[in-house]
Amino acid sequence: MNGIALSRRWLLAGAAALALWTGPVAAADTIKVGILHSLSGTMAISETTLKDVMLMLIEEQNKKGGLLGKKLEPVVVDPASNWPLFAEKARELLSKDKVAAVFGCWTSVSRKSVLPVFEELNGILFYPVQYEGEESSRNVFYTGAAPNQQAIPAVDYLMQQEKVERWVLAGTDYVYPRTTNKILEAYLKSKGVKPEDIMINYTPFGHSDWQTIVAEIKKFGSAGKKTAVVSTINGDANVPFYKELANQGIKATDIPVVAFSVGEEELAGLDTAPLVGHLAAWNYFMSVDTPENKEFIEKWHAFIKDPKRVTNDPMEAHYIGFNMWVKAVEKAGTTDPDAVIDAMIGIAVPNLSGGYSAMMPNHHITKPVLIGEIQADGQFSIVWQTPGLVVGDEWSDYLEGSKDLIADWRPPMRCGNFNVKTGKCGGS
Amino acid sequence: MRRLFLFLMLLAALAPQPVRGEDETAVRDAFATLAAGNLDAMEPAIGVIARSGVAWAEPVLRALLDGRLLARQADRALFLRTPEGTVLEAESGTPAAVEARTLRPVRINNRLRRALEAALGSLTLASPDRAVRLAAAEKLFTRPDLSALEPLERALAREADGAVREAFARARAAILVEHGPPAARAEAASLLASAASPAVLGKLQAAKRALPADADPALAEALDAAVARVETRLRLLEFAQTFFQGLSLGSVLLLAAIGLAVTFGVMGVINMAHGEMVMLGAYATWAVQEAFRAFLPGALDWSLLAALPAAFLLAGAAGWAIERSVISRLYGRPLETLLATFGISLVLQQAVRLGIGATNREVVTPSWMSGLVEPVPGLALTMNRVVIVLFALAVFLLLVALIRGTRLGLEIRAVTQNRRMAETMGIRTPRVDALTFALGSGIAGIGGVALAQIDNVSPNLGQAYIVDSFIVVVFGGVGNLWGTFLGAMTLGVVNKLLEPVAGAVLGKILVLVALILFIQRRPQGLFALRGRAAEA
Repeated sequence: MNGIALSRRWLLAGAAALALWTGPVAAADTIKVGILHSLSGTMAISETTLKDVMLMLIEEQNKKGGLLGKKLEPVVVDPASNWPLFAEKARELLSKDKVAAVFGCWTSVSRKSVLPVFEELNGILFYPVQYEGEESSRNVFYTGAAPNQQAIPAVDYLMQQEKVERWVLAGTDYVYPRTTNKILEAYLKSKGVKPEDIMINYTPFGHSDWQTIVAEIKKFGSAGKKTAVVSTINGDANVPFYKELANQGIKATDIPVVAFSVGEEELAGLDTAPLVGHLAAWNYFMSVDTPENKEFIEKWHAFIKDPKRVTNDPMEAHYIGFNMWVKAVEKAGTTDPDAVIDAMIGIAVPNLSGGYSAMMPNHHITKPVLIGEIQADGQFSIVWQTPGLVVGDEWSDYLEGSKDLIADWRPPMRCGNFNVKTGKCGGS
Repeated sequence: MRRLFLFLMLLAALAPQPVRGEDETAVRDAFATLAAGNLDAMEPAIGVIARSGVAWAEPVLRALLDGRLLARQADRALFLRTPEGTVLEAESGTPAAVEARTLRPVRINNRLRRALEAALGSLTLASPDRAVRLAAAEKLFTRPDLSALEPLERALAREADGAVREAFARARAAILVEHGPPAARAEAASLLASAASPAVLGKLQAAKRALPADADPALAEALDAAVARVETRLRLLEFAQTFFQGLSLGSVLLLAAIGLAVTFGVMGVINMAHGEMVMLGAYATWAVQEAFRAFLPGALDWSLLAALPAAFLLAGAAGWAIERSVISRLYGRPLETLLATFGISLVLQQAVRLGIGATNREVVTPSWMSGLVEPVPGLALTMNRVVIVLFALAVFLLLVALIRGTRLGLEIRAVTQNRRMAETMGIRTPRVDALTFALGSGIAGIGGVALAQIDNVSPNLGQAYIVDSFIVVVFGGVGNLWGTFLGAMTLGVVNKLLEPVAGAVLGKILVLVALILFIQRRPQGLFALRGRAAEA
């Protein structure tokens, strides 16, 4: 008996080894798709989900018969929240695995780290997270929100609906919050807000002791003018921040906090009952009531085998980006990067909030902007949304040196930073 | 108590009461507006319902505020869901037989929430429940509304309870100082000034700003005096608050570092996996809470207490296993120990990430740990921080008692001071090493229970504290528990005193630079071990 079991195990192992061996040979008739998201380290908390959603989208596409008659093959690498490693892994994906497109990155610093690699090796990157703008590369498609698709509408909402006059801009100390806050500060001043009514505060990554800052916000907000907090606090620091807000009794009805980096996934680690009414601005919420979204959530739950898992905005961005890429490859009839990059512009696919998102010549997409209030069940209730779609504006109109720039990757311009004043490509 | 009150209010709503004739159509319209769900039209409707005096106004508005007011999509009829989950018809309060699927909660936003709180504030002034009356006064105080003045004065006249009277009077002053006649304003200002809080200061300043240019100079003076009085008191209170925040940060550092003070300080093992012991403790807290949720939902508030032994045992067992399997083979080779434990830390992190998931886990704050306490009026301390300070003290004293007063403590001290002598006296040093390490790790796990209350429960939890823990132990003086205590508290207070001046980022840098200079001057830390142990 023992001998048979043993030999069967050996047979299995041998078969497995054989399967591994034939892997690269069979790969010739598949199209490889690179997934570059951290599965370990500090960013794993957010990025693991995006890896899973990509695997789901690829599996779906294969069920529909693949792409150009070939199966899609995901290639997952782990850059481990280590910025230089992102560049190494991107190089590995492009030159060793020869992937047709890469879906990946979360933080701006990781995107900046892989950018030269994609430009040098002529790869395609789909970047799914809201970011600070001030960039447009021929090899990158930005499916997350630019500042005008998230930050500015959120501030407008607070000004009009909540009559906010005093502003706290609180953020984590790195490029995205700093640039966004610079844009917001310029925007608020252009709307007549006085400098003494703006308080700007930066904290380190992973900041966990918010007592002083929350007490300061409370003090700043008790000056008799309606006050709101615009939070670009990122990642792990959010949970202790919201816990401290709740503990110090700051309610949304007194000082609302609108966040740009807090979605369903971040709220999953929180008791949201004391936070009801605090806001977030995104282009998608899990609570969006459309048939497309319902179907997407059902598929996600079936794929991840956990009916409690939430969906969030960057997941929708990957959904849009992946479908755009599939359409562009079908249109171009090849996965050759140059052909696909040209085919991408003008592609429109359904988004999950009931409309169509289109890829614009500046490699950013059109999206609706939604404002949601946190509910006791950890979901958002949508209280406001833009009447139509908003086109992503890569070069902010509110910053010196960037307001004269535009990006247009169509021929004959083919430029990411065309200066309309000097009429030259190449920045200010 | 609150539920009971709601239930009583619902019972009251059961009794049919006629709607006042003149408002009837307006109230009906307002009611229909709520069901239609147009956020902009709802604010005036709420006002109409609140003033109508109909019996169902209060339960309906409260349900709207709590998200328990439901509208049927087909005919826009309104229903209430009680906190217990039964569905009632909103107007009659009778149980309704409707399919829950056809009902959608009526959505509100912050503006409506404010309007509702103000409306309910004046509606609940006459509540038989003292806590509800206090809350109503508090709401009126934060959102003074001239229309509430009349009911408030009536309520004040018949109020017997001293504390509630005081709250009513304060709310009345808040209304008067902004909207009242000039004569009443000065008096209101001086009444307000007796309670120092940023909210009062804001109100006084706003009242000062709102003063017309031709106002009575005596009134302006009275307002200025009140502002100055509040400002002086606030400065004092602020200092006390900052000091407390420092102590609270210090106790968090202490909880994270105290286990390390045992393993690194007493045993001399550089344990890079110490942070992961803290993380295991936090996950144990979460697991115990989930178990309570499943089997003992009524006692969920007390799951934290049950988590203490669980976290101690889990982290202690992990520590024991690490000591036996890896560290015991590496004594006397600090570099290898450092690398090996760093490896263990990565393995543990990734194991949790793969086994439980990379996303944060939710640990609820029990009700006895949430909210604020005011030991002195105006000095608001968050309850969870107070509990953590006391808890850190208790853990520290217990550990000191254990090392000083028990057989194990004696053996630990003997092995630390002179390993070979202890061996010759018949102490089984390998056993003592393992137990000491397990003790240090277990205490780190207990620290994790407290940290789960204020930080993320994620695989990265430990990383955030490992560097701070080493700093505390080195600063306090290796091998000295009291040094660790004082080190943690000093760092906490200095950090918090610097933060308002220098900002969080620069403050942290300044503290680190100061520490480097201090260690340069005094490598042995605050408290040095004397005698033979110091050279060993």
